[in-house]
Amino acid sequence: MGKSELNEEFIGVKNFTMNFGPQHPAAHGVLRLVLELNGEVVERADPHIGLLHRGTEKLIEYKNYMQALPYFDRLDYVSMMAQEHCYSKAVEELCGLVVPTRAQYIRVLFSEITRILNHLLAVTTHALDVGALTPFLWGFEEREKLMEMYERVSGARMHAAYIRPGGVAQDLPIGFLEDVYTFARSFSKRILEIEELLSVNRIWKQRLVDVGMVKAEDAYNYGFTGVMLRGSGINWDLRKNRPYEIYSKIPFDVPVGTHGDCYDRFLIRVEEMRQSIKIIKYVLDNMPQGIIKCDDKKIIPPARANMKHSMEALIHHFKLYSEGFAVKTDEVYYAIEAPKGEFGVFVLSDGTNRPSRCRIKAPGFLHLQGLDFMARGHLIADVVTIIGTQDIVFGEVDR
Amino acid sequence: MLNVYFIKQCLSKYILNITFKQGLLYITVKSGTAFVIVANFFKNSNFFQFNQLLDLWSVDLKQGTFQINALLTSTFFNERIILRVQIKSNESLQTLSNIYPSSDWLEREVYDMFGIIFQKHPDLRRILTDYGFEGYPLRKEFPLSGYLEVRFDDEVNRVVFEPIELTQEYRNFIFVSPWERVN
Repeated sequence: MGKSELNEEFIGVKNFTMNFGPQHPAAHGVLRLVLELNGEVVERADPHIGLLHRGTEKLIEYKNYMQALPYFDRLDYVSMMAQEHCYSKAVEELCGLVVPTRAQYIRVLFSEITRILNHLLAVTTHALDVGALTPFLWGFEEREKLMEMYERVSGARMHAAYIRPGGVAQDLPIGFLEDVYTFARSFSKRILEIEELLSVNRIWKQRLVDVGMVKAEDAYNYGFTGVMLRGSGINWDLRKNRPYEIYSKIPFDVPVGTHGDCYDRFLIRVEEMRQSIKIIKYVLDNMPQGIIKCDDKKIIPPARANMKHSMEALIHHFKLYSEGFAVKTDEVYYAIEAPKGEFGVFVLSDGTNRPSRCRIKAPGFLHLQGLDFMARGHLIADVVTIIGTQDIVFGEVDR
Repeated sequence: MLNVYFIKQCLSKYILNITFKQGLLYITVKSGTAFVIVANFFKNSNFFQFNQLLDLWSVDLKQGTFQINALLTSTFFNERIILRVQIKSNESLQTLSNIYPSSDWLEREVYDMFGIIFQKHPDLRRILTDYGFEGYPLRKEFPLSGYLEVRFDDEVNRVVFEPIELTQEYRNFIFVSPWERVN
């Protein structure tokens, strides 16, 4: 379904305004779209967002640095650890903490697990919206395995609060890495299965090819990042361009699209999952031994075992979990390549134990802004395809 | 690496100061008009080509002063800067949306959260808060709890707004110790 021509004799007929959402299964959450239609052709799309606005930025101003962390899980609730990671990096920059190598490896391992988690949801629910149910069922089985890994290290399937300023919360359980390896080995086959159903599927291609074209110029202008930018043929990935943690050491490729349509972005997501598996395998091969938190006792809470015999540890534990730590007056903007694009956190500290301002730069916000120009001239069914390809999650759009 | 001296030379008329913190260049400009001019320069100058505006946000500096920040990125040179300007609460800014279309919604958000007006903006409506919302939530004087609470009233069969009533006040502990010196 490509762009349709306007029939001459109907000029002068008023456009039809239609309300899409706020409760619509294809809106991936609570999105209200006011669509101006000419027949079935979209003339203008006006997204009304904010139905999931929880005031995260305001709440963080009233929480100390450690308490602010779990809010980041709840922003984009399908790529939880990527956001914790970003916030932790920002606080580490402010406090000048150096993260131990093992913690960096664990962080990268979980960042990539999170990327697979996100892309599985993005690709398979996109397929579901377009009409293919099976990849969704298969993909969610794999997601379950990954969320089990979350659970094994943090006790929570989704909102893990595992990556914390200074390192990670706990060391990996025994036998964990073997299980990750077993998953990584079997997962390439699962990707193949999903691709078998979709990549050459005639219906899937009819719905996606040449739909939601984004020119490189538009992608720049509208501030697109991540897959949305790479789909338009721009080789830009913060893991390569501004490497953080150990990404500079890891060999992996950044897939780039050629047409800038929804189909390209689908292919990129699938390929990124493969690259994530490659990164995970590298991390498994090279995982060092050592500590998993940095040893600044004024910032990092003591281990539980220590508190049983050390008075100092007990005092520190109490102080850190009630008052938290103070951060000198400074500001930092830190960005990482989250599965959806560039996720950034700006923290302004004023010398107290609470951030004075915390700005969350969510990639989905700018992508959704582009919905209007992407959907213009397309049929109403394509709007669903475009929302799917943008990988919108309202937790981060509305914050 | 960006050449700070070159930037200073090009834009000495508009720039208040340039600081380098945590790997990022913060360029503070003198006034709201300079903000637009400098942004335009950075986008269109061949030496910089900051082709993306990735974020635009405001900070409440108290006493009626707001700081507007814009994060500009150049994908060609892999550089990024934060462009900032301080304005009073009664001042307004010119929109950047004709230079960077991405700033459209971001400006709406700043307007929604801080009440800063962007002149010539194509569509300056509230974006994140509810329809008919009053007040600017991210200003420091706005209470965390807000002013209104919402519930569904069975008698009138619709959602009603009422002044907020908390059974327990939000406990705002003061942790700044008079004996310890921060910084």
